[in-house]
Amino acid sequence: MERVIVEDLSFSYGYGFELRDISLRVKSGSIVTLLGPNGSGKTTLLKCINALLKPKTSCVYVDGKDVLKMKESELAKLMGYVPQSHSPVFPYTVLDVVLMGRTSYLNIFQQPSRADIDKAEEALKSVGLYSLRDRPYTEISGGERQLVLIARALAQEPKVILLDEPTAHLDFKNQFKVLRVIKEVARKRDVAVIMSLHDPNLAYLFSDVIALMKDGRIVACSDPNSVITRENIRAVYGIDAEIVDNGRGKLVLPLEAV
Amino acid sequence: MGKTSFTILVVLPFITSFLSLFLGSYIIPPETILRMIFMKLISPSTHSPWPATYETIIFDIRLPRIVLALLGGVALSVSGASLQTVFRNPLVDSYILGISAGAGFGAALAIAVIPYAVSIQLSAFIFGLLAFFITYSIAKTRSGTPIVSLILAGVIVTSLFSAGISLIKFFTDPHRLAGVVTWLMGSLAVSGWGNVVSITPSVFIGFIALFLMRWRLNVLSMGDEEARSLGINVERDRFIVLLAATLMVSSFTSIAGIIGWIGLMVPHMARMFLRSPDNRVVIPASACIGSALLLLADDAARCLTTYELPVGVLTTIGGAPFFLYLLKRGGARAWRE
Repeated sequence: MERVIVEDLSFSYGYGFELRDISLRVKSGSIVTLLGPNGSGKTTLLKCINALLKPKTSCVYVDGKDVLKMKESELAKLMGYVPQSHSPVFPYTVLDVVLMGRTSYLNIFQQPSRADIDKAEEALKSVGLYSLRDRPYTEISGGERQLVLIARALAQEPKVILLDEPTAHLDFKNQFKVLRVIKEVARKRDVAVIMSLHDPNLAYLFSDVIALMKDGRIVACSDPNSVITRENIRAVYGIDAEIVDNGRGKLVLPLEAV
Repeated sequence: MGKTSFTILVVLPFITSFLSLFLGSYIIPPETILRMIFMKLISPSTHSPWPATYETIIFDIRLPRIVLALLGGVALSVSGASLQTVFRNPLVDSYILGISAGAGFGAALAIAVIPYAVSIQLSAFIFGLLAFFITYSIAKTRSGTPIVSLILAGVIVTSLFSAGISLIKFFTDPHRLAGVVTWLMGSLAVSGWGNVVSITPSVFIGFIALFLMRWRLNVLSMGDEEARSLGINVERDRFIVLLAATLMVSSFTSIAGIIGWIGLMVPHMARMFLRSPDNRVVIPASACIGSALLLLADDAARCLTTYELPVGVLTTIGGAPFFLYLLKRGGARAWRE
């Protein structure tokens, strides 16, 4: 079932086009990766999908509903957004950060209830970090923070999760770990996942569909095997790379900058 | 929050208030005061066997002044905690942001031109809000409001409105000047039940709003984009926080003048005491600590010397070093250890 539909999206910050003619369809339970170099428009596209940036015309629909016509709380129940991990000013506990995912279910003057706390704890368990619940969020590792933010998105009980470079600043092991959790979430909870990555190898390993981006356009959008090719890598990254295929998977082996 | 710390916090303002009844330049024997309080609680209407002066001093001078200090402490501290949260900046409060000076200017203007209590409060509120918007628009950049810009903009706005207050003093006719000057001292000496009654609704409304929004304050402190993606109408909610904070501070300022630093210090004390930045507990804790602290400062102001000192001077003497201490320790980290 097609959860998210993006149709002919164009967006500009006011000087030149940032995004042009973007169309994308995302099924529930599947992972679509926006792959491209820095400045190719991945983050801008994610923000347009989440209505943090507003294109001039309606072009993003979740379950047939226009995201620009939804209230913030309504949208947050449908769509979770995982920003790049960061350090907030105030050292809230891990559980309190996850609990913030319940905000859209509360009115302005309401405090989270026992049921909300249960849901937050459940989300924290599902990313395997329940033991950290009382630790200050500012004092855990980068990989753990990313997982906490994913748990927060899960606490929103959304049908779509957007992730902005979930592997940025993570070490080799944590990149793998975080992406495994994301894949599990997509499959088990039937959530449509749209994430941005800039490493073609990770994108190859963890995506159902890769949308290859350059200069604010999608230049290729298909299954990983047909998108990760020598020509595409050269066109988008300006790198001559050998695509090593051992029968179980492909690996992009960079040879030379073109 | 543990049961013990909760009890300490709630009891704190009550104990301070009780003890404050015994303090003052007019000496009344403590046992008499105790008996008076007891009698007042048991049967308020019975004829009192003590001088009427005592009655007036305790119940019409000291008690309303205590209540005013409590209200002011709540107004300054709770607004400080909320403003620090929504601006993600541990070094701001209504004083730093220029709201107090703006409210002061509005009150001075009203006292000098149209001396009626309601219009003084309204004028203080309008100019407090105006001052905030000037500060905010100076400091705002594309990506947020940097700590230093906000503080500098606040300094500019504060000095602007202070200059305005001086101008008003200069042009006020001598009959009304006394009113402006007394008020400008930043003192609770002008209290009396009338003042208490006139600001109670504003402080109460502001406090209830911020108290109920205490969870939302946590979410707002994560930054605009994140709060939005979590389902919050950021502009609207932040504006409500701001209205509530300005309402409380400006109405108190319209009575007591500009009293600084309480709003900056108290939220930090609350976070340090609780070892948590969670506004669900920081907001009520700030109210308790703030009310007790301003009351203590006012007790000191009226008892330290034979003259009555302006309480604003005392809070500044205590607050400025505290501010420097926070700055040195990196502001945000100050309550973590």
